[in-house]
Amino acid sequence: MTEYTHPNYRKIYVTLLFLLAVSVAGPFLGIKWVTLITAFGIAVVKANMVIQNFMHLKWEKRIAKYVLAVSLLLMALFWGGVAPDVMKHAGLRWTNDAAMAATARGIGPAHAESSTESHDPAVTTEHDAVPAEAAGEEAPSVP
Amino acid sequence: MSKPLATTRSATGIPTGRLAVWWVLASEVVIFGGLLASYLMHRVGHPEWADAAAATNTWIGAFNTFVLLTSSFTAVLAHKAAEHGDGKRAARLLMYTIGGAATFIGVKSFEWATEISHGYTITSNGFWSFYYTAAGLHALHVIAGAIIMGFVARDAARNRELHRVELIGIYWHFVDVVWIFLFPLLYIAK
Repeated sequence: MTEYTHPNYRKIYVTLLFLLAVSVAGPFLGIKWVTLITAFGIAVVKANMVIQNFMHLKWEKRIAKYVLAVSLLLMALFWGGVAPDVMKHAGLRWTNDAAMAATARGIGPAHAESSTESHDPAVTTEHDAVPAEAAGEEAPSVP
Repeated sequence: MSKPLATTRSATGIPTGRLAVWWVLASEVVIFGGLLASYLMHRVGHPEWADAAAATNTWIGAFNTFVLLTSSFTAVLAHKAAEHGDGKRAARLLMYTIGGAATFIGVKSFEWATEISHGYTITSNGFWSFYYTAAGLHALHVIAGAIIMGFVARDAARNRELHRVELIGIYWHFVDVVWIFLFPLLYIAK
Protein backbone atom coordinates (compact mmCIF):
# COMPACT_ATOMS: atom_id res chain seq x y z
CA MET A 1 0.00 0.00 0.00
CA THR A 2 1.28 3.42 -0.85
CA GLU A 3 1.63 5.90 1.98
CA TYR A 4 -1.67 7.38 3.05
CA THR A 5 -3.26 9.25 5.87
CA HIS A 6 -6.62 8.06 7.13
CA PRO A 7 -9.38 10.14 5.52
CA ASN A 8 -12.15 11.75 7.56
CA TYR A 9 -14.22 8.60 8.11
CA ARG A 10 -16.98 10.43 9.94
CA LYS A 11 -17.58 12.69 6.95
CA ILE A 12 -17.69 9.67 4.61
CA TYR A 13 -20.09 7.86 6.95
CA VAL A 14 -22.45 10.86 7.14
CA THR A 15 -22.37 11.17 3.33
CA LEU A 16 -23.25 7.46 3.03
CA LEU A 17 -26.23 7.92 5.36
CA PHE A 18 -27.39 10.94 3.37
CA LEU A 19 -27.19 8.89 0.14
CA LEU A 20 -29.15 6.09 1.83
CA ALA A 21 -31.89 8.58 2.71
CA VAL A 22 -32.01 9.79 -0.92
CA SER A 23 -32.27 6.21 -2.24
CA VAL A 24 -35.20 5.54 0.12
CA ALA A 25 -36.91 8.84 -0.74
CA GLY A 26 -36.50 8.47 -4.54
CA PRO A 27 -39.44 6.09 -5.19
CA PHE A 28 -41.85 8.47 -3.38
CA LEU A 29 -41.67 10.82 -6.38
CA GLY A 30 -43.24 8.08 -8.49
CA ILE A 31 -41.05 8.79 -11.53
CA LYS A 32 -39.47 5.62 -12.88
CA TRP A 33 -36.18 7.05 -14.15
CA VAL A 34 -35.67 9.03 -10.93
CA THR A 35 -36.18 5.82 -8.93
CA LEU A 36 -33.66 3.98 -11.12
CA ILE A 37 -31.07 6.71 -10.57
CA THR A 38 -31.68 7.10 -6.83
CA ALA A 39 -31.70 3.32 -6.36
CA PHE A 40 -28.96 1.96 -8.60
CA GLY A 41 -26.96 5.09 -9.40
CA ILE A 42 -26.61 5.87 -5.72
CA ALA A 43 -25.81 2.23 -4.93
CA VAL A 44 -22.83 2.45 -7.29
CA VAL A 45 -21.70 5.73 -5.67
CA LYS A 46 -22.08 4.32 -2.14
CA ALA A 47 -20.26 1.08 -3.03
CA ASN A 48 -17.43 3.05 -4.62
CA MET A 49 -17.09 5.24 -1.52
CA VAL A 50 -16.87 2.18 0.73
CA ILE A 51 -14.43 0.35 -1.57
CA GLN A 52 -12.10 3.33 -2.06
CA ASN A 53 -12.14 4.79 1.43
CA PHE A 54 -13.05 2.04 3.89
CA MET A 55 -11.35 -0.83 2.03
CA HIS A 56 -8.51 1.54 1.08
CA LEU A 57 -8.43 0.31 -2.51
CA LYS A 58 -7.55 3.88 -3.47
CA TRP A 59 -4.15 3.42 -1.84
CA GLU A 60 -3.69 -0.27 -2.64
CA LYS A 61 -1.11 -1.61 -5.10
CA ARG A 62 -2.27 -2.17 -8.66
CA ILE A 63 -2.21 -5.96 -8.52
CA ALA A 64 -5.17 -6.00 -6.09
CA LYS A 65 -7.13 -3.81 -8.51
CA TYR A 66 -6.28 -6.15 -11.39
CA VAL A 67 -7.42 -9.18 -9.39
CA LEU A 68 -10.79 -7.54 -8.74
CA ALA A 69 -11.05 -6.26 -12.32
CA VAL A 70 -10.63 -9.81 -13.68
CA SER A 71 -13.52 -11.09 -11.58
CA LEU A 72 -15.68 -8.20 -12.76
CA LEU A 73 -14.69 -9.06 -16.32
CA LEU A 74 -15.80 -12.67 -15.77
CA MET A 75 -19.13 -11.34 -14.53
CA ALA A 76 -19.50 -9.20 -17.64
CA LEU A 77 -18.71 -12.24 -19.78
CA PHE A 78 -21.40 -14.23 -17.98
CA TRP A 79 -23.88 -11.40 -18.45
CA GLY A 80 -23.09 -10.97 -22.13
CA GLY A 81 -23.43 -14.69 -22.80
CA VAL A 82 -26.59 -15.42 -20.84
CA ALA A 83 -28.62 -12.24 -20.35
CA PRO A 84 -29.95 -11.85 -23.93
CA ASP A 85 -31.59 -15.30 -23.79
CA VAL A 86 -33.05 -14.77 -20.32
CA MET A 87 -34.30 -11.22 -20.66
CA LYS A 88 -36.14 -11.94 -23.92
CA HIS A 89 -38.62 -14.76 -24.36
CA ALA A 90 -38.39 -15.10 -28.10
CA GLY A 91 -35.77 -14.73 -30.79
CA LEU A 92 -35.36 -15.28 -34.49
CA ARG A 93 -35.64 -19.09 -34.32
CA TRP A 94 -36.68 -19.86 -30.76
CA THR A 95 -39.33 -19.15 -28.17
CA ASN A 96 -39.35 -19.69 -24.42
CA ASP A 97 -42.96 -20.81 -24.01
CA ALA A 98 -42.70 -21.43 -20.28
CA ALA A 99 -41.36 -17.97 -19.53
CA MET A 100 -44.01 -16.38 -21.74
CA ALA A 101 -46.73 -18.40 -20.01
CA ALA A 102 -45.40 -17.37 -16.59
CA THR A 103 -45.39 -13.72 -17.57
CA ALA A 104 -48.90 -13.97 -19.02
CA ARG A 105 -50.14 -15.79 -15.91
CA GLY A 106 -48.66 -13.15 -13.61
CA ILE A 107 -48.13 -13.39 -9.89
CA GLY A 108 -51.52 -12.08 -8.77
CA PRO A 109 -52.38 -10.64 -5.38
CA ALA A 110 -53.06 -14.06 -3.87
CA HIS A 111 -49.80 -15.69 -4.97
CA ALA A 112 -48.67 -16.21 -1.39
CA GLU A 113 -51.78 -18.13 -0.49
CA SER A 114 -51.62 -20.27 -3.63
CA SER A 115 -48.19 -21.51 -2.63
CA THR A 116 -49.66 -23.21 0.42
CA GLU A 117 -52.34 -25.04 -1.56
CA SER A 118 -52.40 -28.81 -1.68
CA HIS A 119 -50.64 -30.30 -4.67
CA ASP A 120 -52.95 -33.26 -4.88
CA PRO A 121 -52.65 -34.52 -8.48
CA ALA A 122 -56.42 -34.88 -8.62
CA VAL A 123 -56.81 -31.15 -8.11
CA THR A 124 -56.37 -29.09 -11.25
CA THR A 125 -55.02 -25.64 -10.56
CA GLU A 126 -54.14 -22.77 -12.81
CA HIS A 127 -50.50 -23.85 -12.50
CA ASP A 128 -51.36 -27.29 -13.84
CA ALA A 129 -52.86 -25.71 -16.94
CA VAL A 130 -49.36 -24.89 -18.15
CA PRO A 131 -48.31 -27.41 -20.84
CA ALA A 132 -46.06 -30.18 -19.59
CA GLU A 133 -43.29 -29.24 -22.00
CA ALA A 134 -43.38 -25.76 -20.51
CA ALA A 135 -42.73 -27.06 -17.00
CA GLY A 136 -38.99 -26.63 -17.44
CA GLU A 137 -39.18 -22.91 -16.85
CA GLU A 138 -36.24 -21.75 -18.90
CA ALA A 139 -36.05 -24.53 -21.48
CA PRO A 140 -36.55 -22.81 -24.81
CA SER A 141 -38.32 -24.70 -27.54
CA VAL A 142 -36.75 -24.56 -30.97
CA PRO A 143 -39.20 -25.01 -33.82
CA MET B 1 6.62 -18.55 18.08
CA SER B 2 8.11 -18.12 14.60
CA LYS B 3 5.76 -17.51 11.72
CA PRO B 4 5.60 -19.53 8.49
CA LEU B 5 7.45 -18.01 5.54
CA ALA B 6 4.21 -17.46 3.64
CA THR B 7 2.94 -15.23 6.44
CA THR B 8 5.86 -12.85 6.41
CA ARG B 9 6.92 -12.59 2.77
CA SER B 10 5.53 -9.97 0.45
CA ALA B 11 6.36 -10.82 -3.16
CA THR B 12 3.83 -8.36 -4.61
CA GLY B 13 4.48 -5.54 -2.18
CA ILE B 14 1.18 -6.33 -0.49
CA PRO B 15 1.41 -8.23 2.81
CA THR B 16 0.45 -11.87 2.16
CA GLY B 17 -2.55 -11.80 4.48
CA ARG B 18 -4.05 -8.79 2.77
CA LEU B 19 -3.37 -10.20 -0.69
CA ALA B 20 -5.16 -13.38 0.41
CA VAL B 21 -8.18 -11.33 1.45
CA TRP B 22 -8.26 -9.67 -2.00
CA TRP B 23 -8.21 -13.12 -3.61
CA VAL B 24 -11.07 -14.25 -1.39
CA LEU B 25 -13.02 -11.16 -2.37
CA ALA B 26 -12.31 -11.74 -6.07
CA SER B 27 -13.99 -15.14 -5.74
CA GLU B 28 -16.82 -13.55 -3.76
CA VAL B 29 -17.36 -11.02 -6.55
CA VAL B 30 -17.96 -13.91 -8.94
CA ILE B 31 -20.26 -15.73 -6.49
CA PHE B 32 -22.43 -12.75 -5.55
CA GLY B 33 -22.01 -11.11 -8.94
CA GLY B 34 -23.26 -14.24 -10.71
CA LEU B 35 -26.20 -14.53 -8.37
CA LEU B 36 -27.21 -10.89 -8.59
CA ALA B 37 -26.68 -10.77 -12.36
CA SER B 38 -28.92 -13.85 -12.70
CA TYR B 39 -31.58 -12.16 -10.58
CA LEU B 40 -31.35 -8.96 -12.57
CA MET B 41 -31.71 -10.64 -15.96
CA HIS B 42 -34.69 -12.70 -14.76
CA ARG B 43 -36.25 -9.63 -13.18
CA VAL B 44 -36.03 -7.80 -16.52
CA GLY B 45 -37.52 -10.83 -18.30
CA HIS B 46 -40.34 -11.20 -15.77
CA PRO B 47 -42.04 -7.85 -15.15
CA GLU B 48 -44.72 -9.70 -13.18
CA TRP B 49 -42.17 -10.19 -10.38
CA ALA B 50 -42.82 -6.56 -9.43
CA ASP B 51 -46.04 -7.79 -7.78
CA ALA B 52 -44.03 -10.15 -5.59
CA ALA B 53 -41.34 -7.54 -4.86
CA ALA B 54 -44.07 -5.19 -3.65
CA ALA B 55 -44.40 -7.38 -0.55
CA THR B 56 -40.84 -6.70 0.72
CA ASN B 57 -40.52 -4.13 3.47
CA THR B 58 -38.42 -1.16 2.29
CA TRP B 59 -38.11 0.27 5.82
CA ILE B 60 -36.65 -2.93 7.21
CA GLY B 61 -34.22 -3.09 4.28
CA ALA B 62 -33.25 0.56 4.83
CA PHE B 63 -32.75 0.01 8.56
CA ASN B 64 -30.47 -2.95 7.90
CA THR B 65 -28.52 -0.85 5.37
CA PHE B 66 -28.06 1.77 8.10
CA VAL B 67 -26.89 -0.94 10.51
CA LEU B 68 -24.32 -2.33 8.05
CA LEU B 69 -23.01 1.12 7.08
CA THR B 70 -22.58 1.93 10.77
CA SER B 71 -20.83 -1.38 11.42
CA SER B 72 -18.47 -0.63 8.50
CA PHE B 73 -17.75 2.76 10.05
CA THR B 74 -16.79 1.19 13.39
CA ALA B 75 -14.71 -1.46 11.57
CA VAL B 76 -12.65 1.16 9.76
CA LEU B 77 -12.19 3.11 13.01
CA ALA B 78 -10.93 -0.15 14.55
CA HIS B 79 -8.39 -0.41 11.72
CA LYS B 80 -7.23 3.14 12.41
CA ALA B 81 -6.89 2.39 16.13
CA ALA B 82 -4.94 -0.80 15.35
CA GLU B 83 -2.55 1.13 13.14
CA HIS B 84 -1.93 3.48 16.05
CA GLY B 85 -1.15 0.45 18.20
CA ASP B 86 -4.24 0.87 20.39
CA GLY B 87 -5.40 -2.75 20.50
CA LYS B 88 -7.93 -2.21 23.26
CA ARG B 89 -9.77 0.51 21.35
CA ALA B 90 -9.61 -1.58 18.17
CA ALA B 91 -11.12 -4.54 20.03
CA ARG B 92 -13.89 -2.38 21.47
CA LEU B 93 -14.75 -0.99 18.03
CA LEU B 94 -14.75 -4.49 16.56
CA MET B 95 -17.19 -5.52 19.28
CA TYR B 96 -19.48 -2.68 18.17
CA THR B 97 -19.24 -4.07 14.64
CA ILE B 98 -20.18 -7.53 15.94
CA GLY B 99 -23.13 -5.84 17.66
CA GLY B 100 -24.13 -4.47 14.26
CA ALA B 101 -23.92 -7.96 12.79
CA ALA B 102 -26.12 -9.33 15.59
CA THR B 103 -28.65 -6.53 15.05
CA PHE B 104 -28.68 -7.20 11.30
CA ILE B 105 -29.31 -10.92 11.80
CA GLY B 106 -31.95 -10.24 14.47
CA VAL B 107 -33.86 -7.89 12.17
CA LYS B 108 -33.51 -10.31 9.27
CA SER B 109 -34.86 -13.18 11.39
CA PHE B 110 -37.90 -11.10 12.31
CA GLU B 111 -38.37 -10.07 8.68
CA TRP B 112 -38.12 -13.62 7.33
CA ALA B 113 -40.36 -15.05 10.05
CA THR B 114 -43.02 -12.46 9.16
CA GLU B 115 -42.73 -13.14 5.42
CA ILE B 116 -42.82 -16.91 5.83
CA SER B 117 -45.84 -16.66 8.12
CA HIS B 118 -47.59 -14.73 5.31
CA GLY B 119 -46.88 -17.59 2.91
CA TYR B 120 -43.91 -16.09 1.06
CA THR B 121 -41.46 -18.97 1.01
CA ILE B 122 -38.44 -19.92 -1.09
CA THR B 123 -40.71 -22.06 -3.33
CA SER B 124 -43.47 -19.45 -3.83
CA ASN B 125 -42.09 -18.21 -7.15
CA GLY B 126 -38.90 -17.09 -8.88
CA PHE B 127 -38.70 -13.78 -7.07
CA TRP B 128 -38.89 -15.30 -3.59
CA SER B 129 -36.41 -18.02 -4.57
CA PHE B 130 -33.85 -15.36 -5.49
CA TYR B 131 -34.79 -13.26 -2.46
CA TYR B 132 -34.13 -16.00 0.09
CA THR B 133 -31.07 -17.36 -1.74
CA ALA B 134 -29.31 -14.00 -2.16
CA ALA B 135 -30.22 -12.57 1.25
CA GLY B 136 -29.53 -15.94 2.89
CA LEU B 137 -26.08 -16.28 1.36
CA HIS B 138 -25.34 -12.72 2.42
CA ALA B 139 -26.57 -13.42 5.97
CA LEU B 140 -24.23 -16.44 6.16
CA HIS B 141 -21.36 -14.11 5.27
CA VAL B 142 -22.45 -11.72 8.03
CA ILE B 143 -22.48 -14.56 10.57
CA ALA B 144 -19.08 -15.91 9.43
CA GLY B 145 -17.55 -12.41 9.49
CA ALA B 146 -18.86 -11.75 13.01
CA ILE B 147 -17.41 -15.03 14.31
CA ILE B 148 -13.97 -14.36 12.79
CA MET B 149 -14.13 -10.80 14.08
CA GLY B 150 -14.63 -12.17 17.59
CA PHE B 151 -11.32 -14.04 17.38
CA VAL B 152 -9.54 -11.00 15.91
CA ALA B 153 -10.96 -8.75 18.65
CA ARG B 154 -9.82 -11.18 21.37
CA ASP B 155 -6.24 -11.01 20.09
CA ALA B 156 -6.40 -7.26 19.46
CA ALA B 157 -7.45 -6.64 23.07
CA ARG B 158 -4.09 -8.16 24.07
CA ASN B 159 -2.27 -6.12 21.39
CA ARG B 160 -1.59 -9.26 19.35
CA GLU B 161 -1.84 -9.65 15.56
CA LEU B 162 -3.16 -6.13 15.11
CA HIS B 163 -2.72 -6.30 11.32
CA ARG B 164 -5.65 -8.73 11.25
CA VAL B 165 -8.00 -5.92 12.24
CA GLU B 166 -7.52 -4.44 8.77
CA LEU B 167 -7.95 -7.84 7.10
CA ILE B 168 -11.29 -8.64 8.72
CA GLY B 169 -12.29 -5.02 8.08
CA ILE B 170 -11.73 -5.35 4.32
CA TYR B 171 -13.89 -8.49 4.29
CA TRP B 172 -16.57 -6.75 6.36
CA HIS B 173 -16.73 -3.75 4.01
CA PHE B 174 -17.22 -6.15 1.11
CA VAL B 175 -20.21 -7.71 2.90
CA ASP B 176 -21.50 -4.16 3.29
CA VAL B 177 -20.98 -3.48 -0.45
CA VAL B 178 -22.96 -6.60 -1.39
CA TRP B 179 -25.86 -5.39 0.76
CA ILE B 180 -25.64 -1.92 -0.82
CA PHE B 181 -26.58 -3.64 -4.11
CA LEU B 182 -29.06 -6.12 -2.61
CA PHE B 183 -31.06 -3.31 -1.02
CA PRO B 184 -32.20 -1.57 -4.23
CA LEU B 185 -32.54 -4.88 -6.10
CA LEU B 186 -34.84 -6.54 -3.56
CA TYR B 187 -36.45 -3.65 -1.69
CA ILE B 188 -36.65 -0.58 -3.93
CA ALA B 189 -37.15 -1.83 -7.50
CA LYS B 190 -40.88 -2.60 -7.29
